Amino acid sequence: MELNEFIENFANQFDDTDASEFTATTRFHELDEWSSLTALSIIAMVDEEFDVTLKGDDVRNATTIEDLFNTVKSKL
Amino acid sequence: MAFLEFKNVRVAGLAAGVPANIVSNLSAEIQVSEGEYSNDDFVKTTGVYERRFSEHHTTSDLCYEAAEQLMADLQWRKDEIDALIFVSQNTDYFLPATACILQDRLGLPKECYAEDIVLGCSGWVYGLSTTAALLQGGYIKKALLMCGDAKRHFPTNDPLFGFAGTITALEYQVGAKSFQFHFGTDGSGYDSIIIPEGGARNPISFDGFKEEEIDGHVYNRFQTRMKGMDVFAFGISTAPKSVKKLAEHFGFDYQTADYFVFHQANMKMNKMIIKKLKLDETKVPSSMYHFGNTSSASIPLTIVTQLKGKIEHQPTKFICCGFGVGLSWGSVSFETDNIIISDLVECK
Repeated sequence: MELNEFIENFANQFDDTDASEFTATTRFHELDEWSSLTALSIIAMVDEEFDVTLKGDDVRNATTIEDLFNTVKSKL
Repeated sequence: MAFLEFKNVRVAGLAAGVPANIVSNLSAEIQVSEGEYSNDDFVKTTGVYERRFSEHHTTSDLCYEAAEQLMADLQWRKDEIDALIFVSQNTDYFLPATACILQDRLGLPKECYAEDIVLGCSGWVYGLSTTAALLQGGYIKKALLMCGDAKRHFPTNDPLFGFAGTITALEYQVGAKSFQFHFGTDGSGYDSIIIPEGGARNPISFDGFKEEEIDGHVYNRFQTRMKGMDVFAFGISTAPKSVKKLAEHFGFDYQTADYFVFHQANMKMNKMIIKKLKLDETKVPSSMYHFGNTSSASIPLTIVTQLKGKIEHQPTKFICCGFGVGLSWGSVSFETDNIIISDLVECK
């Protein structure tokens, strides 16, 4: 799994946020569109694309998209 | 390995009772979250546009009305009913068991087996196995399984949850096709959905009334709180696995079922489950849009409201899966034929 691929998948879960706003260092909890509802889309994407089951704390404890990428990678 | 099979038992009929009062999640008086997301976004994600709500109907009131209707439609005499199983997490009292109250209220014989089972979203599948196990020996001939959740112990008007009480009538019949089950439990997730206070572990205290904010929602300690992300991840991984295990253990192709009825958790979760099992969506009825998540009532309520008029007179193969609070889950495969489905009972 590549970081770029993860970022692209991550960005695809958002309707109103421009794709250019998503980079490895994006602090995703601070995005306007982030909510506990978009969090569900991220969990679903990770389950589908990487066959990894994330916990709520995994999402809560990650600050940047790369942090979450590393968590997913550690569970592969 | 919790696989079970019971023969010589059939579903005779189904009924559901709901409060007549409808609450729309898009109405101006409803605010689904404390500013974290809009009502529109909530409805788009959960699929719950409206739900039934009442401040005075308990679960047992809804079950009572549905049971009267179903017994009349089935032309079952009350003195024929030997067992009543009540599955709910919102009993009339902490004690006695609500099943005892319903035995008397419905006028069922005193020679009646009655018990409560305290489970939520997985409750109908568990209740079905308990009831089928009681009937399979032929000693008990007719039984009523009552499942649902309505008015809470502490008043709550949660936008996700609707109120319903359902009846599944089961009877002993030699030669009836079998019910096949798979069950699972993971109590390490006990606090994923929990009412933390008011039970024996944390008895009622004044502090319990203090409100706390968790993930954008305000609760006191007598109201159900949910770790939404954990429950979501649990549901999308566990439900498809349970259905696959059931089919594998009993050696059938799950795609041959006519209908798949899942616990109505929320639309996003259920869509993922459908996708992971590669199901034809037209075989997966849903009642979420009009009734919300109705806990242990959700599977029978979906059959009553979505399949009435389509399945009564022909052999119909079902696969159903309930999953949630506990954490607890169960899947069942069974066939119905020549069953009675009562009109939805709207309680005033």
